[in-house]
Amino acid sequence: MAIDSLVLGAGQEVGKSCVVVSINGKRIMFDCGMHMGYTDSRRYPDFSLISNTGDFDNALTCVVVTHFHLDHIGALPYFTEVCGYKGPIYMTYPTKALAPLMLEDYRKNMDRRGEDEQFTSDHITECMKKVIPVDLKQTVQVDKDLQIRAYYAGHVIGAAMFYAKVGDAAMVYTGDYNMTPDRHLGAAQIDRLQLDLVITESTYATTIRDSRYGREREFLKAVHTCIAAGGKVLIPTFALGRAQELCILLEDYWERMNLKVPIYFSAGLTIQANMYYKMLINWTSQKIKETYATRNAFDFKNVRNFDRSLINAPGPCVLFATPGMIVGGFSLEVFMQWAPSEMNLVTLPGYCVAGTIGHKLMSGKPTKIDLDKDTQIDVRCQIHQLSFSPHTDAKGIMDLVKFLSPKHAILVHGEKPKMATLKERIQSELGIPCYCPANNETVTVPSTHYVKADASETFIRSCLNPNFKFSTYSSVDKSYLDSKYSKAASGLQVSDERVAEGILVVEKGKKAKVIHQDELLLMLGDKKHEVQFAYCFPMHTERLQKTRTEELPSADTLLCDLDKCTLINQLSMKLSNELSDANILDLGEQLQVESFRVSICSKNSCPHRLSHSVHNDSESVFLCCHWSLRDEKLAWKIISIMKSSSPHTT
Amino acid sequence: MKFTCLSKGGGFHFSPCHMLNVSGFRILLDCPLDLSSLALFSPVPVAHQAHESLDTDSVIRKKQKIEKTLDANDLVHAEPWYKTVKNLHLWDASFIDVVLISSPMGMLGLPFLTRTRDFSAKIYVTEASARIGQLLMEDLVSMHMELRQFYGPEDSCFPQWMRWEELEVLPSELRKIALGKDCEELGAWMPLYSAVDVKDCMRKVQTLKYAEEACYNGTLIVKAFSSGLEIGTCNWTINGPKKNIAYISSSIFVSMHAMDFDFLGLRGNDLIIYSDFSSLDKNMENDDTYFDPVTSSSGRDDVSNLEEMAASLLKDDESAEEIEKLVFICACALDSVRVGGSVLVPIDRLGVVLCLLEQMSLLLESSSLKVPIYIISSVAEELLAFTNIIPEWVCKQRQEKLFSGEPLFAHVKLIKERKIHVFPAVHSPELLTNWQEPCVVFCPNWSLRLGPVVHLLRHWCSDPNSLLVLESGVDADIALLPFKPMAMKVLQCSFLSGLSLQKVQPLLKILQPKLVLFPKDLSCKIQISEANMIFLFSENETLRIPSSKESTDIDIATDLASKFRWKTFKQETITRLEGELFMDHGKHRLLSGFQPANSKQQRPLVHWGSPDVKVLLTELSKMGISGTIKQVTDDAKSEDDAKSENAAAIIDIHDPEKALIDVRETDHIKISIQIIHGREFILYT
Repeated sequence: MAIDSLVLGAGQEVGKSCVVVSINGKRIMFDCGMHMGYTDSRRYPDFSLISNTGDFDNALTCVVVTHFHLDHIGALPYFTEVCGYKGPIYMTYPTKALAPLMLEDYRKNMDRRGEDEQFTSDHITECMKKVIPVDLKQTVQVDKDLQIRAYYAGHVIGAAMFYAKVGDAAMVYTGDYNMTPDRHLGAAQIDRLQLDLVITESTYATTIRDSRYGREREFLKAVHTCIAAGGKVLIPTFALGRAQELCILLEDYWERMNLKVPIYFSAGLTIQANMYYKMLINWTSQKIKETYATRNAFDFKNVRNFDRSLINAPGPCVLFATPGMIVGGFSLEVFMQWAPSEMNLVTLPGYCVAGTIGHKLMSGKPTKIDLDKDTQIDVRCQIHQLSFSPHTDAKGIMDLVKFLSPKHAILVHGEKPKMATLKERIQSELGIPCYCPANNETVTVPSTHYVKADASETFIRSCLNPNFKFSTYSSVDKSYLDSKYSKAASGLQVSDERVAEGILVVEKGKKAKVIHQDELLLMLGDKKHEVQFAYCFPMHTERLQKTRTEELPSADTLLCDLDKCTLINQLSMKLSNELSDANILDLGEQLQVESFRVSICSKNSCPHRLSHSVHNDSESVFLCCHWSLRDEKLAWKIISIMKSSSPHTT
Repeated sequence: MKFTCLSKGGGFHFSPCHMLNVSGFRILLDCPLDLSSLALFSPVPVAHQAHESLDTDSVIRKKQKIEKTLDANDLVHAEPWYKTVKNLHLWDASFIDVVLISSPMGMLGLPFLTRTRDFSAKIYVTEASARIGQLLMEDLVSMHMELRQFYGPEDSCFPQWMRWEELEVLPSELRKIALGKDCEELGAWMPLYSAVDVKDCMRKVQTLKYAEEACYNGTLIVKAFSSGLEIGTCNWTINGPKKNIAYISSSIFVSMHAMDFDFLGLRGNDLIIYSDFSSLDKNMENDDTYFDPVTSSSGRDDVSNLEEMAASLLKDDESAEEIEKLVFICACALDSVRVGGSVLVPIDRLGVVLCLLEQMSLLLESSSLKVPIYIISSVAEELLAFTNIIPEWVCKQRQEKLFSGEPLFAHVKLIKERKIHVFPAVHSPELLTNWQEPCVVFCPNWSLRLGPVVHLLRHWCSDPNSLLVLESGVDADIALLPFKPMAMKVLQCSFLSGLSLQKVQPLLKILQPKLVLFPKDLSCKIQISEANMIFLFSENETLRIPSSKESTDIDIATDLASKFRWKTFKQETITRLEGELFMDHGKHRLLSGFQPANSKQQRPLVHWGSPDVKVLLTELSKMGISGTIKQVTDDAKSEDDAKSENAAAIIDIHDPEKALIDVRETDHIKISIQIIHGREFILYT
C-alpha cells in the first residue's frame, strides 16, 4: 500500500499549485492553480500527466480547492470546461462565493492585455455550478471509501486545509495557511490526526517573523504622515482579503485618531466583496465574528466609492485600487497621476511578481519608470512596502508538522534553496522523512494499513479488566555484581498482559477472528487435555512407626488424621525453609504449591507407585504427588527436598 | 442497549425526550420545556379585583363541583412556573454522560439540568441551534422578568397555587394541565432559570457543524445531520464499537429556509430510532388520508434504484403547500389591514416568520398599502442579523443567494428600507415615536402568556377588524381566556412540522436498518415491511434491544501482524496476540507496544485434541522409550462415573525406566496422562 503524490505545479516554485494524490485506488487533485508569471502553456499544470486520453472523470475521484487565490484556482474553469472534467469539485462556502469574482477579474485582465482567452465568463459560471460547498470540519463522504474534511487555514477568508482518508490511509494537504491570527482572520486550526503524509506550503521556509503589531504601526504611521501633510495614499491591492484587512486596520485607526480623511474603494468590486464578507463573517476571527449583531465589522463607516473625477481633486485621501501589483487597470491609472508628487505615498504588497511595476518599485528606488516605448512615469512619491503576509513563517510550518507528526512530509509552494533548508530541519529535528519534488515528479510513500479482524466479546471484556501478573526477577546487573547492592537488583515485576490472552484465528475464506484463549477449544470444536504427572514414593518416619505399634492392629493400615496433619505440617515447614519464594498452602491433609499437590497415599496399591522398590517395607508412609506439566521443574525440586528431608525427620 | 422514551412531547415547540444506554454510556436525547402549560397562568393585566370579590362565591361553586364554562378568573394568578419533561426528574442527572440536542426548542430545559450539582455530561448541539436556542432562552428569561415585576418576588419556594387544596378546586381542564392525566406531573414544575443559568449552560455546550465528527470518550462518535425542520435542527447518528444508531427527530424533506433533510447521511446504521411524532397531532383532524394507496405505490419494489427513490422523496408538493399557507395568511392579513385593522402574529417558528416577512412585505408592496411591519422582541435584532450570516445552514436556494452576492433573507434589505422595524420591547422609545396603526406585528410568545403579545392582544382584542394569527396546536379556548370577550378575528394555521406517515416506509427502505424503534402510538396507522425488525415503544417504558453484532471489529497494525508466529492446523491458522489494545475513535486497534522480554516463558501452554495411543507409542519408541499398551475397558480406579471407557488406556513403559502412562477421558472431557517417574519426557499431541 502506498500513496503516490504527483506534483503538477508549485514544485520548488510558487504558482499553479496542483498536486494529484493517489491513495488506495482513489485519486484526488488538490488545487488547480495557474502561474501568473507565464502566458504560454506553462501557466497551467500539465493535465496530460493525469490521463493522456483526456478521460479525467475516470482518472480522478474529485478535485479539492483550498482557497480562491488564482495560483490555487486559476486553472479550474479551463480544466472543467475546456479539458472536460465533470466530476465533483469541493471547496468551502467562501471560496465558492468569492472564486468567481477572482476568476472574472483575471479573465477581464487577460482580455485587456489582448491575450488569447483561455476561458469565458460562461465557463466560469458553468464551472462554479459543479462545485459542492463544504463547511469546516464537516466530514464529506465523497464516495463509499473516500472521506474529506476541511480545517481552518487562516490565510484568506475561506482558506482551508484538507484532510483526506481512504481506508486506513490518511493525509493532509495544507494549501496556504497562517499560524498567527491577523486583523480579520483567525489562526489555522487542525485536529491531531493520524497521518501518513502532510503536503505543506513553504513560502517562508526560512523566515522567522517578528510581531505584526510593529509592522502595522509602521504602516499606519506612514499613512498618517502622508495625509497629515495633505498627500494622497494609493494602496494598490487586490479586492479580496488584503483590502478588507487593511480597511479594518484603517477604520480602527481613523476612529481612534478621530480622522475625517476619506477612504475610497476604487471599484464596485471591493464594495461587492464587502457584501460577501458580511455574510461570511463566521469565517473570520472570533473578535470580528462577535460584531455581527451590533455592527458588522465589514460595514465600513469611513469608506466611500471612488470616482475618476476625484483623482485630481484637492485634499488628502486614501485609495484602495486594483490590481495589487500595478500591472495595469485602475491602480496604474491612478499611479501615473500621483507618482510625480513627493507628497503622495504608494504602499506595495509584500510580494510582487517580476516584471510588474510593483516589482520595479520594490527593487531600489527608481526615479523614472518606462511603461512602454512612449510612456515614462516620473516617480517622486514615497514608497512603503507592506511587510505583513498571510503566510505562515518557518516556525509555523515546523509547529504544524510537529503537531501533526505525519509519517512523511512533502514541501511545495516555495523557493528551492529555502525548501532544502527546511527539509533538512524537518528530517533532523522532527525525524520525519521529507521531500520537495520538482514539477511533474511523483513521490511515493508507504501508507498505513490495518489487518481487519472480528474480536469476540470475551476477548474485549478481558482486555477491559486489569490482569496483573506479579513475578520476581533477578537481573544480573554487572555493575552491581561486586558491590553489596547486588541483591537489590532483584525485585517484583508487574506485568499486565491482557492482549496476550487473545488468539488470532485465520480460516480460509473467512474474516480473521480474535478470540480469548478460553474460547479457542470451543471454536476449534476440540477438547482440552491436560498433561498431569503423578508420583507416589515411600517415606520412612521413626515417629510414625512408634505410634503405629501402639495402635490396634486393625487400625494398622490407617493413619489417624492427626498424624497425617503433623506429617504434612512438618513437610510444609521444611519446604518453606527451602523454597523461600514459593506460596505453600497447607490444606490439612495435603500440601499445595502452584499445581503441585502432595498427600499421604492411603491406597494399598497406588498405580503411581513403583511397586518393586519398597514393597517389603510396610512401615513406610507413601506420599502421592500430582502436578501438571507447567510446574514440572518445581515438582521435581520439591520431591527431591522431601526425599532428602525424610532421613532427618526420623 | 436500552431505550426509554421519557416523553413523546407535543408539537413543534415541545420535542420528544428519550434516554438511551449505549456501550455503557447514558445518552439523553433533547431536553425541552412544555411551554403550552403556561396556559394555566393568567397574564398579568387581568382584572384582579373582580377575582377577589367573587372569591367566596366561586369557591363554593368549585367545592360543589359544578362545572361551569371557564373564565379568566379560573386561571392561576401567580408568577408562572415552567413544566419540564415529567419523567426526567426520575433520573439522576449526574449519571448522564452525553446530551444530544436536536433543535433550539429541544434545549430550552437544559439550564435546569446543567445547574444541578454533579452534572457532568457532554452536551452536543449544532452551532446554529445553540445560538438560536440561547437567544430563545434569553428572550424567555427577559419576558419572565417583565412579568415578575407585577407579582414581586416570590416569598416562599413553594407557591400557593401548588397546594393541594388549590389544585383540587381547579377546573378539570386546568387541573389536567397542572397535574397531567394521572396526577403525576406536579413534580415537573420548576421556577424559571436565571440569565446566569443560561450563560452557564451555554458554556457547557459543545457546538458542532453538520456532519462534524465528535468523539466521546474515544468510544462513541456522534454526528449531526440536517433534519430540515428549522435552521440548525438535526438528526443524530451515534456510532459505537458495536452499535450504529440513527435518531430521527421531526424532519422535513424540502424546506423553504433550513437545509434539507439529509437522510442519505443516516444510511448504514443498523438501528433507527424514529421519533417524529408530528403526524400524531395532525391525525386527529383527518385520519383517513394516511391509508391511501400512496403508501403501497411509493413502496413498490421495482423502484430499486436508490437515487430514484431518494429523488421521489425529495420531489414533493409539501413545500408548495406550505407556500400556499403563507400566501393565504398574508392575504387574510391584507384584508384586515385594508379595513383598518392590525395583524398580530405571535408565531415563534423562526423559519416561518422569516418566510412570512418576505411574503408579507411583497404583498404589501404590490398592494401599495403603506403599512409598517414591526418585530418586537428583546432578541429580534440579533436573531435577524444571525440568520443572515449562516449560509452553511440554510436551504439550497438561499445558498445560491450567497453565491450571487445577495443577502440570504430579504429582511436585511427591508430593514434598511425601513419597511420592517425591529424593537426590543413594547415600551421602547423608538417604538413609541414610530408607531402607527394599522400595522403587522410579529412578536413572542405563542402561548399568549408572556411577552409583547399580551399587551398588544389586550389592545386589539375588542377590534373586530384586527386579526390574530395563531399556530395550531395551541388550545385557543384556554389561550384566549384572559382576553375574552374577543371581537378580534382568529386565524389558526398549522405548519408542516415533520414527516408525513406515507413517507416513512420509503424512507426506511432507503436507510435499510436491521432494527427500527417506532412509537406505539403511530404503529397502528402505518404498515412497516417485515424486512425490518420492529420494536414499539411508549412513554416511560424501557426497551432492551439485543445486540445486532456478535463481535467487535478490531484493527491490527500490519507491522505487528507480520511479527506473529503462526501455527497451522487442518483448516485454521492461529497465533497468540501481542501488543497493546487501544480504543480510538470508536475503533479497537491493536498496536505494537511494550513487551517484557521473559513474557513467553511464563505463558501457560494449552493442549487439546485426543491423543492417539498408538501414535504416542511409536513416537516414544523413536526416542528410545518402549512400552506396551494395556487396554483397560473399564476405568475402575477412577472415582468418576464410567462414562469414558472407550478412550481409556494405560501404557506401560519399561525402558529406560519403569513408567506408566494413563490416557483417559474424564467426565469433564479432560484427558490426563499420568506418568510415573517419567523424567525426560516430551509429549506430542
